[in-house]
Amino acid sequence: MPEPVTEQDTIEQLIQQMADDLRARLEAARMRDALMVGIHTGGLWVAERLHTLLGFEQPLGELDISFYRDDFSRIGMNPQVRPSRLPVSVDERHIVLVDDILHTGRTIRAAMNELFDYGRPAAITLVVLGERSGRELPIQADVVGRHFDLGEHEHVKLSGPEPLELSVVEAP
Amino acid sequence: MRQHSLQHDSEGRLHHLLTIEGLKRQQIVDILDTAESFIPVSDRQVRKVPLLRGKTVVNLFFEASTRTLTTFELAAKRLSADVLKININTSATVKGESLLDMLHNLEAMQCDMFVVRHADSGAAHLIARHVAPHVSVINAGDGSHAHPTQALLDMFTIRRHKGEFAPLTVAIVGDIKHSRVARSLIHALTTLGVSELRVVAPKTLIPAAVESLGVQVVHDLDAGLRDADVVIMLRLQKERMQGAMLPSEAEYFSTYGLTEEKLALAKPDAIVMHPGPINRGVEIASSVADGPQSVILEQVSNGIAVRMAVMSMTLGRAPAEGESA
Repeated sequence: MPEPVTEQDTIEQLIQQMADDLRARLEAARMRDALMVGIHTGGLWVAERLHTLLGFEQPLGELDISFYRDDFSRIGMNPQVRPSRLPVSVDERHIVLVDDILHTGRTIRAAMNELFDYGRPAAITLVVLGERSGRELPIQADVVGRHFDLGEHEHVKLSGPEPLELSVVEAP
Repeated sequence: MRQHSLQHDSEGRLHHLLTIEGLKRQQIVDILDTAESFIPVSDRQVRKVPLLRGKTVVNLFFEASTRTLTTFELAAKRLSADVLKININTSATVKGESLLDMLHNLEAMQCDMFVVRHADSGAAHLIARHVAPHVSVINAGDGSHAHPTQALLDMFTIRRHKGEFAPLTVAIVGDIKHSRVARSLIHALTTLGVSELRVVAPKTLIPAAVESLGVQVVHDLDAGLRDADVVIMLRLQKERMQGAMLPSEAEYFSTYGLTEEKLALAKPDAIVMHPGPINRGVEIASSVADGPQSVILEQVSNGIAVRMAVMSMTLGRAPAEGESA
């Protein structure tokens, strides 16, 4: 578990630390030719920066998990679904999955379900800019930018893409 | 008949898709955008998304169809729905059970959607008026009235090739009178606001007062094709014609058939469309149907994504007040 990051740190510094952490991890595990995939929309913003910092060879992939949500019959179809794009085959490839905030874990479950419909990845590493309490599924991140201790009615929100800003908001 | 409000729920969302008439421009654009997001699903290892898992879709085809039936079935399966095809010729309606009795039986089996193709205009509307509130009805073609998903997949195909609708000149050529596709196309193209919409046919194949829909009637094929961006050929519907509307197929081809020579009158980058099945040598020459400007087979593949969009949007509404989920 990474140390909580102090308030003065900017997001760009956070992302630089995450990039260093991720690079060390990939090298230690000898994971080459990995495919980085960002989850729409916030995760993709973070992924774009990490992708540039780490100089990944494979182009960045993007996932919109709207078709995989487990609350579809309750909240209905989101009319603004962006197509998912994975530029190369995921079969036997190492996937670096990037999201903005890890909360219940349901988004990550949906994203993994979708990834497996593209093929059978060799492994998936989860990278998140922030994580908070409230997990409903046994899912944890491998690389975390910052941990948030939040009250019951508080949420973390990432706004962007320029500049990226994290804020804690009171839920209605 | 309250056709226009029948297909929307109390919050203005699409509950049934019965006709293009009454759809707002933004609603059509939303369907096309959703269809676009389903396109990559067909290129994956698993060509399925779990959106409609646990839902049951019934294809009720009272009239022969290959393309429409197959693409509706594929669309439902790619959304992970269970699909049932009722073969009407061997079903209980032949034994004297009424259509509505059959529908209520299917509802009792917890079916969620009826996709209806019928030779009578208004059949899908009739069914939509009588189904339980949670059931959605999609019109897959009723008589010579409407074929909304065909028009939507044509809009999708045009948008993929041409981008914007506003600058386009579109020519719909052939049997306008008997064509439900033509009617739905005219509503879709005028709602999306093309610059010029021509219907090109002999007088006997033009319905009365069609100009009131905002189209220009042209009887001469050369004039109709000149500088067109999109040419939509329609099938000569011999089975719906009564009496002598045409001299002969050969003569029809010589005056209204699309040949390479005639197509040269349209813009050089014009696309040629046809809802199928094509009558080669009657309304279109084989060299054009199979030629570089033809997007006829693309229309078929696009039909899957567009039908996925319509099914997921109608069944994927958050339940409205007083409606069971």
